[in-house]
Amino acid sequence: MNFSLSAEQELLQSTVRDFAAKECPPQAVHAVFDGEREAVAALWRGLAEIGVAGLVVPEAHGGAGLELLELALVAEELGRGAVPVPFLGHALAALALARGASPAQQDTWLPRLAAGAARATVALAEDGARWLPAEWRVELANGRVSGQKQLVPEAEGAALFVVGCRGGALALVEAGRHARVSAEPTLDRGRPLATLELDGAPAELLGADTAQRVVDAGCVLLAADAFGAAHRLVRATAAYLQTREQFGQPLAQFQALKHQLANMALEVDPTRGLWWYAAHAFDHVPAEASRAAALAKAHITDRAQQAARDAVEAHGGIGFTWECDVHLWFKRVMFDRLWLGGPELHRERYAALEGW
Amino acid sequence: MDLRFGEEYERLRAEVRAFCAGSWPLRAEEARLDAREQAIAWRKRALAAGYLHRTVPRAYGGAGAGLDVLAETVIRQEFDRAGVPHRGVVQGSHMLVPTLLECGSEEQRRRYIAPTLSGELVWCQGYSEPGAGSDLASLVSRAELAGDEWVLHGQKIWTSQADQADMMFGLVRTEPDAPKHAGISYLLIPMRTPGITVRPLTMMQGGEDFCEVFFDGARIPAENIVGRRGEGWKVSRSTLKHERMLIGDSAIVRITFDALVDLARRVQREGRPAIAHPRVRQRLAEIAGHLAAQEWSVARMLTALHQDRESEVTSELSMAKLLSTNVQQMISLLALELIPESGLREPAAADATMGIGAFTPGRWVSSYMYSLAFAIAGGASNVQRNIIGELVLGLPRDRRPAGAKAG
Repeated sequence: MNFSLSAEQELLQSTVRDFAAKECPPQAVHAVFDGEREAVAALWRGLAEIGVAGLVVPEAHGGAGLELLELALVAEELGRGAVPVPFLGHALAALALARGASPAQQDTWLPRLAAGAARATVALAEDGARWLPAEWRVELANGRVSGQKQLVPEAEGAALFVVGCRGGALALVEAGRHARVSAEPTLDRGRPLATLELDGAPAELLGADTAQRVVDAGCVLLAADAFGAAHRLVRATAAYLQTREQFGQPLAQFQALKHQLANMALEVDPTRGLWWYAAHAFDHVPAEASRAAALAKAHITDRAQQAARDAVEAHGGIGFTWECDVHLWFKRVMFDRLWLGGPELHRERYAALEGW
Repeated sequence: MDLRFGEEYERLRAEVRAFCAGSWPLRAEEARLDAREQAIAWRKRALAAGYLHRTVPRAYGGAGAGLDVLAETVIRQEFDRAGVPHRGVVQGSHMLVPTLLECGSEEQRRRYIAPTLSGELVWCQGYSEPGAGSDLASLVSRAELAGDEWVLHGQKIWTSQADQADMMFGLVRTEPDAPKHAGISYLLIPMRTPGITVRPLTMMQGGEDFCEVFFDGARIPAENIVGRRGEGWKVSRSTLKHERMLIGDSAIVRITFDALVDLARRVQREGRPAIAHPRVRQRLAEIAGHLAAQEWSVARMLTALHQDRESEVTSELSMAKLLSTNVQQMISLLALELIPESGLREPAAADATMGIGAFTPGRWVSSYMYSLAFAIAGGASNVQRNIIGELVLGLPRDRRPAGAKAG
């Protein structure tokens, strides 16, 4: 038994971590939050050069042919850096094509997606709360799709949408005049959301069963992202409390705060194996994939949210300001917790999958 | 990542399973022995077969195997599945034995280890005192050398199983003029010695699992010291690194959780099983998240220990106890909400003692209270938080309170 990462996986992870630390320090994230989005394209290009855009795309189509675990390791690092790049939607769309597209569709799209020459994203939610395939109502008929999808990540500039339709189907829709994107004010400004109005847009169907795979993969990626963000936040808070002094000593010297920090670490650190396993199960233990993904999403994003609110509190007044770094990660975690449905939804799914 | 144990370990698993089937339950004459005698008889067989305490050298009753955490895990899984009495009194097997292997004399090892492993010789741990809890090194029980005997005075407390133990391994002050930590010795104390009085303490749930022990001039042989005079603190710490043998054991929490799910299926609420109610499902799933996180942490630790990469799991190692304590409490607490009328009743005597039995309503009541005992014993939860803060997050050590003596 070996529940650890391979040398290649560790290398991929440290490469992305180093990239994020060097190219995307907190002030770069602040700049994006303040409306200067120019840096985003360069960051995404840099990550695409490392291979992030085509990680799960088969090698025959110019990708790395890797699995969800590698994708999740990247998500952890992007969460750790709160890196404001269009990773989530693109990764899920690429995964949907790699798993469910016809050879012709794959030939058309995958090489461009893998190279980062074109971006794709997924359009899943409807009416705010309908995230799951069985709940989708957007109509696909005669090769055209109509209806509204909401909370679509990084939709602006995407060349291709993977759209959830009635009956749990997924359809490919190209950007164009029948697929109108309108930005929504988004709490996590690093990952802007939009509404997608589909008005008889030409669409091609993806293979059946792909939708559930996309939801499972999304759960795992969000869990990994939240883990990375919260892990960083706990360390950043510990570091801050060692520099800030009151009553003539560092705040970290006060046992109340020391114990609060320990409790924060206790929320976050032990959950690493949970998303590792969920990612592993996605490719290797199909019978447990959905269950493990639901549990990881619900549990880890909930724990991360607790740690994030504690981080704000431990920082004191400065922690509540726009200029402090904390809110960048706090909002990252809020996104991870709620996008694709909150913990209650996924706990109920877990309970049902357990046969309770 | 590969979660299969592989051929070598699956072969071991099949062997252990066959061994269990052939050795338990006991048959014929032996089946009429009492529970303790049955456990001893079975443990001797498991020791001879090389499945129990495998790393202890052959000369002292073990199998002389190298530490293999995966083999330990496979064996423990099969033992749990078969319901054999493999969990002994851990004070002896998991604390004293490693200490003797590390610091004991050859004679002490030959005399004590084998009967301790089989369960014939029962030990208690004499550490805590009324005035020495988390600050253990401030203990004041003392031993003076008179000829070839130690003469003991003082008191120990919270001593689990002292009323059943044959022997105590205890820390006492033998060098009154030395600094705090340097004045302590590690002694092996026969409990039937005149001048030793054991008084069981009634615990909050009504059982009597721990005791006070009084020393009033009890005399024990001078040779019953482990290590040298004044080295007792160091000797007692040598056990700590062996505690990793225990960390793989999250099985008990899983067994308890399964019992909770079973309870939720059986209990009716508003005409349907409690498990059909959204609120109960949410809370079960929340606990399942904590439990699964703990289990995968254990898997990560096992892999790291197996590959000698222990430093990568400092965080998991430091958090294991607190995590497991917290999950146990969540499980018991929800169970009591499912059977609130039982939570108002005092558990029967049989339910109020330590150890895993059938999950009767009274057992849930005492298991909730026991979960608090685990939050205190072996390093209180707030001490664990200090350790996490310092070891995992690099926070400063607590300042010594004004007026405290340097250690």
